[in-house]
Amino acid sequence: MVEQAGAERGVAGPEAGAAGAAGAAGAAGAAGAVLEVRGLRTQLGGAARPVTVVDGIDLRIAPGETLALLGESGCGKSMTALSLMRLLPLGGRIVAGSVCLGGHELLSLPEREMRMLRGGRMAMIFQEPQTSLNPVMRIGAQVAEAVRVHEDMDRTRASAWVADRVQELLRAVGIPDPERRAEDYPHQLSGGMKQRVMIAIALAGNPRLLIADEPTTALDVTIQAQVLQLLKRVQRDTGMAVLLITHDLGVVAETAERLAVMYAGQIVEQASCAEFFAAPAHPYSRKLLESLPTAAKRGGQLAMIPGRVPALDQSFAGCRFAPRCDRVLESCATTEPDWQAVSQDQQVRCLLWRAGPSSGVAAASAQAADVAQPGETAMAPAPASALAPKLGAEPLLRTEGLKVWFPIRRGLFKRVVGHVRAVDGVDLTLNAGETLALVGESGCGKTTAGKGLLRLEQPTGGRVTYGGQDLAQLAPARMRRLRKDLQIIFQDPFASMNPRMLIGDIVGEGLQALGIERQAARRRERVAALLERVGIGAEAMTRYPHEFSGGQRQRICIARALAVEPRVIVCDEPTSALDVSVQAQILNLLKSLQQDFGISYLFITHNIAVVSYLAQQVAVMYLGRLVEQGPVADILGNPRHPYTQALLSAVPSIDPDSGREQVRLSGDMPSPAQPPSGCYFHPRCPVARPECAQAYPEAVHLDAQHQVNCLPEIVGA
Amino acid sequence: MRIPAVRGGAHRPQGFQHDPLLLLAVAILALWLLASLSAPWMGLQPNQIDLPRILAPPNAQLWLGADDLGRPVLDRVLMGAGTALAVGLGVVLVSAIGGALIGGFAALGGGLWDRLMVRLIDVFLAFPGILLAIALAGILGPGLGNLVIALAAVGWVGYARLARAQVLSLRSREHVLAARALGVGSGRILLRHLLPLAAAPLMVEATFGMAAAVISEAGLSFLGLGVQPPDASWGSMIRDGVGVLLVAPHLVLAPGIALLLVVLAVNRVGDAWRDYLDVRSRAD
Ligand SMILES: Nc1ncnc2c1ncn2[C@@H]1O[C@H](COP(=O)(O)OP(=O)(O)O)[C@@H](O)[C@H]1O
Ligand code: SF4
Ligand code: SF4
Ligand SMILES: [Mg+2]
Repeated sequence: MVEQAGAERGVAGPEAGAAGAAGAAGAAGAAGAVLEVRGLRTQLGGAARPVTVVDGIDLRIAPGETLALLGESGCGKSMTALSLMRLLPLGGRIVAGSVCLGGHELLSLPEREMRMLRGGRMAMIFQEPQTSLNPVMRIGAQVAEAVRVHEDMDRTRASAWVADRVQELLRAVGIPDPERRAEDYPHQLSGGMKQRVMIAIALAGNPRLLIADEPTTALDVTIQAQVLQLLKRVQRDTGMAVLLITHDLGVVAETAERLAVMYAGQIVEQASCAEFFAAPAHPYSRKLLESLPTAAKRGGQLAMIPGRVPALDQSFAGCRFAPRCDRVLESCATTEPDWQAVSQDQQVRCLLWRAGPSSGVAAASAQAADVAQPGETAMAPAPASALAPKLGAEPLLRTEGLKVWFPIRRGLFKRVVGHVRAVDGVDLTLNAGETLALVGESGCGKTTAGKGLLRLEQPTGGRVTYGGQDLAQLAPARMRRLRKDLQIIFQDPFASMNPRMLIGDIVGEGLQALGIERQAARRRERVAALLERVGIGAEAMTRYPHEFSGGQRQRICIARALAVEPRVIVCDEPTSALDVSVQAQILNLLKSLQQDFGISYLFITHNIAVVSYLAQQVAVMYLGRLVEQGPVADILGNPRHPYTQALLSAVPSIDPDSGREQVRLSGDMPSPAQPPSGCYFHPRCPVARPECAQAYPEAVHLDAQHQVNCLPEIVGA
Repeated sequence: MRIPAVRGGAHRPQGFQHDPLLLLAVAILALWLLASLSAPWMGLQPNQIDLPRILAPPNAQLWLGADDLGRPVLDRVLMGAGTALAVGLGVVLVSAIGGALIGGFAALGGGLWDRLMVRLIDVFLAFPGILLAIALAGILGPGLGNLVIALAAVGWVGYARLARAQVLSLRSREHVLAARALGVGSGRILLRHLLPLAAAPLMVEATFGMAAAVISEAGLSFLGLGVQPPDASWGSMIRDGVGVLLVAPHLVLAPGIALLLVVLAVNRVGDAWRDYLDVRSRAD
């Protein structure tokens, strides 16, 4: 579907075609740059205490090139983008610098002309397609509006021409059946489709520069792969330059030619992707790479960056990264580092490189050795304890045919007209002290399965066996007593705490409610100890949730779950809202808690890297059912189900020579209210056969643990 | 290089200091509160019958004149302020707490219980509230306590409906699920996790409820169903004054204007509060 149409006709206007000829990343000559930013400085807040969110940034993007802007949240990436568009929030102002688009200075343009440029020669797409589209306007009309704004034309010719152009744009972004889809409202489209419409709107004015702020962060990997591929294709056809803002290093490696790493309002490293991923030069860049979970790091702890991005309302004397840097020199606190060339394609702002490229290499490799040491010692006992699933590990909790259906009610009398089969017959086995990862696209029912397991949603059918009892049938009072053993941690650390309660009361709530610790003073002691254990500190007890960052809140949520000494914790995407450096801290914590207390995790995620780092067993879910399950090495190393294969190959990788074969899925997951006949996956399956539409395939057992729900001849059993 | 600063701009609602009407409303409420609380200690003589000064117009001794029994109107208006405040607060407290608990439990419990409650709320809403209150007050008999009961029996519905809607939208929040996973009971979940978050809109509703209760009290007292003579209430003062409206208009005007000012002021403050909350929820 992605490959269809549009490409040949081209969405390009005449001018973009010319730019396309200049193409290619290498042609970043001074005259050729689409965007040239020099010394850009942006402030927020009152003049008395300004917050300098962007502090002297230089950027240059050539036609047809993708420059990735990378960094933790709070580093000023989005503010840079908004400054370029001159769309700063209330109180924001650009105080210095120059922004040239195609040789024209933007900062001195009157607002009226700037408005013509926005969505015309420069366009922007945002992370949340949900909130960027007008919910009460048909998507065709929204695209048409964007087309009309940027074309001067006489009205007689206009309407037919606009309609054609809308079709052309929708087809170019891979919307199937554009004539009909143009009549849809945004809520009738999936997230990926909405993001495509946003891209179509952005392309309406034939932009020379597209700024994409985390365009795929809210999407699934399979959809993300489609959208990134689409962007690449449009770029190839039109020669548009792209500024891609992201925190996902895999996405950078797969789509960008060059990248810039941002830290605390400044760019600290610029390099070509090849050089960067081969040898990142700045200590901050290194840490970002090292904190990524991978299978190779399973045995040990992930690298962490202590502390967090400094507040930007202060003036800095030396290197802004110094308080968190593990290679910090004496001069770092007082001397502001300037640009040093590492190689022709790589520049860095770090004092380690001051005495020339070789000095930095030496320092950097010394650092690598330092890091390797503790890593390796931690690695030593690993294979036995962490790598392989324990043989004969006892099943602690087991579901058989678990179903959770939600009734769909319609009409005046709220009659039940159907069911959303969120979970439709799932068999899982969670072993004591192990981690079972549940993976799949969003909406496939992972969260609902986790809630059904804990009876936070009442199962519609099936059994949940724990300690010889069927949780699904248990009387509420007896279920309440078992709650102590079964806990949950949620994705959104902001919504999962009551904003009106003190941290001490939040963490102690279970101890009080279940009557585990009735004395207030003793309860306070236990809460204090728990907070220390998760690295927060007991003084947090008398503070409110809003005073903490996302990562700290997630630690507090972990402490709350730990308080009742559970044996099972359902972790529902606990790190997907967090930066990679913070994700590493949480994963390390979860891992050490498992080693100390033998807790079992049902780890719900769509992040395959996290699975490879943390899990012993993996279950892959599609549309409410499991399609494949088994030990992590088998599933990730030797996936047999076509869906698992597609899911794994869609994961962007920072390994340049991974050389994997790409299986691209087309389209979206169907609605769980009307699952397809036979194998639920057959409408999207690249190797489907006629018989697949007839009956749901039986499980094929490849060995004692690895099983696949697909035709035996496909699986090769 | 100096460049002209590029600023974003947007409309921001005006602060409280820049809104003279709001300031006036707050001043009126403060006066009302002060009058109600200090009236019993001011040595007023609201029930002092003095025949020579019957229907006396306002003058230097009697600032608001005297009524048909020669009682000082100013003293009676001040005592009436206390009655209005007592009834307003009483009705709002009873109906808001009761309504929030009923609506909250309905939403939390779900199922049959919830459907029953929704029907009950619909029935109450379909019925003209003031008629129901009149009927109830008639059955219960006159008196301040019965008046509060009658008005609260009608007033809880609005709070129940609001609390139910709020709880429905809040109950699938993750901190509520986390509490359930920790075995926290329903009552505690409602009181600690749900109602505190729903408190702001409920309190806005309560301000408007206060204004409505003050009017209803006057209305019922006007009909003779509220405060009993000789105690003063703005409603009964108006009733007593209507008969001599053409001869001594101050008997109706004084309590009437007091009532009008208080109700307008309460509503203005409620509006401002609601706007403030709206802005905050937009900025979040
Ligand atoms: N309370 C609910 N009522 C109706 N449908 C729901 C409800 N919760 C989830 N669903 C639907 O069930 C399906 C699975 O959702 P979910 O378990 O959240 O998936 P995942 O966690 O894999 O993203 C989705 O189609 C979702 O819209
Ligand atoms: S300048 Fe110093 S503190 Fe900053 S990154 Fe380099 S070594 Fe670390
Ligand atoms: S059963 Fe058929 S449609 Fe389903 S995954 Fe296997 S080959 Fe594809
Ligand atoms: Mg989910």
